[in-house]
Amino acid sequence: MYDDRPEDQPPASEGNQGQEASQREPEAQPAEGAAKHEQATAPVMRRIGPAGEPVRNVTPSKRSRMNRRELLKVVPVLAVGAFAIPALREPLLHDGLALSDWASGKLFGRHRLAQTFSDSDVVPFERFPYNFYDVADPGVDLDSWTLTVEGLVKRPGDYKLEQIQALPKVVQNTRHVCVEGWDVIGNFGGTRGSDLLRFLGADTGARFLEALCADGYYESIDMATMLHPQTLFCYEMYGKPLDRGHGAPVRLQMPTKLGYKQAKYLVTIRVTNVLQADKRGYWEDQGYSWYGGL
Amino acid sequence: MTEMATAAIKHQSAETKASITVAYEHPWVVRIAHWLSAVTVFVMVTSGLRIFRAFPSFGPKIPQNNLIDFPNQFTLGGWLGGALQWHFTFMWIFIGSGLIYVTYQVVTGHWRQVLFMPRDIKGVWPMARHYFLFGPKPAVDAAYNPLQKLAYTSTLFFGVMSTLTGLVLYKPAQFWWLSWLMGGFHLARIWHFVAMCGFVAFIPGHLVMVLLHGWNNFYSMVTGWKRDPEYLG
Repeated sequence: MYDDRPEDQPPASEGNQGQEASQREPEAQPAEGAAKHEQATAPVMRRIGPAGEPVRNVTPSKRSRMNRRELLKVVPVLAVGAFAIPALREPLLHDGLALSDWASGKLFGRHRLAQTFSDSDVVPFERFPYNFYDVADPGVDLDSWTLTVEGLVKRPGDYKLEQIQALPKVVQNTRHVCVEGWDVIGNFGGTRGSDLLRFLGADTGARFLEALCADGYYESIDMATMLHPQTLFCYEMYGKPLDRGHGAPVRLQMPTKLGYKQAKYLVTIRVTNVLQADKRGYWEDQGYSWYGGL
Repeated sequence: MTEMATAAIKHQSAETKASITVAYEHPWVVRIAHWLSAVTVFVMVTSGLRIFRAFPSFGPKIPQNNLIDFPNQFTLGGWLGGALQWHFTFMWIFIGSGLIYVTYQVVTGHWRQVLFMPRDIKGVWPMARHYFLFGPKPAVDAAYNPLQKLAYTSTLFFGVMSTLTGLVLYKPAQFWWLSWLMGGFHLARIWHFVAMCGFVAFIPGHLVMVLLHGWNNFYSMVTGWKRDPEYLG
């Protein structure tokens, strides 16, 4: 609202604008006095603009100067225009995504559990989509399959499915969220990431786990997520061995990550502190968020 | 003496003739927040539509029933991954400019002139009748009329709504209690879309009003100063 109080000052000339407000004395504004002043002063000068500054009468040149000075203050907005320059756009968006990934990592609660659901909330197995980037079935020989373990682990080597299954099994109903926007609640069973990594003698102080897949897909996951209690090396869905379309024999299943992070048809895992720039993840290398956290 | 006085009077009248009445309407913080928001809402809506295009449904994945096949020309990012980069970059600017604006309005007390309050309700219809049905123009003695306050306050509402629903969509595992408050992950996605529709509904009305009120009014959002403010007699 405008300050409609009458001014007891005469119309301010250009020189004394700044003092106008401070010179106003509240006790000098009785209603009768104001009424007299109303005739003496131009109504224009009694007004205060919406931003709290008095309305002014200025010469055109003064106005130009005022406008120019104020124009300069909003010039920083033009910095956003950098996004319109093709050469700058990609690095800027890259930095923006990196900022979001950094914040996502900070936000991640190592012990904060994703929502779990009752069996009645789980979609029927037939309505759990098969998602793949190349082929639904890369033709893994399930009988001779082993998981190759490399990198910063005390016990590298090739591990059989039975060795993984000998570790405690966890079954959970969790939400699988696709980057496209759809989601399904499914039933997953497997070995906790933390259990398997400890079994392998992995350096859990390392930063990443890389995963290589039978179909050429590849992923890398931050260690905090790998150690999250709901992160699974999943070998069962709906109480049955993982089928070929869903990534048999073992896939990653992390309810704190988007679907594209949940690498299927695992062949090799590697604990490492360094990721190669073009080996961060199949979709990530094309522009998806590396963190991909939920 | 007389000559000097006459000269002074002459000088004064020349000044008066040449003088222009200006009011400082929008402080620079508000102007920066406004223009940043203008760019950012454009980016968020167009990149958001490109993201929506990847799964243009609010139902299940199987069976998938697409609501709309939105033309790509109205979207930003080129593909889902590109659109997400725009969305996740500009969300910071969106939230940042919103926080700057709200903080400034609270600190200066200027929120009182623009925040829609219950007492403004009765003034909305007369103003709408004036604009849309050529009714008489209601007398307004405040910085913004009730319809304006409603429109501007609604953008604040949609801003907060799109931020909170966006947070749930971005981090449903971290904020599932917030998603529960919104009626679940699926409803959060619908609310996020509704908030976008709110912005999209606001923009044409806003632009038409800017056009109707002319250059001086527009320019005041650039330099802060408005020439010959309409609220002066």
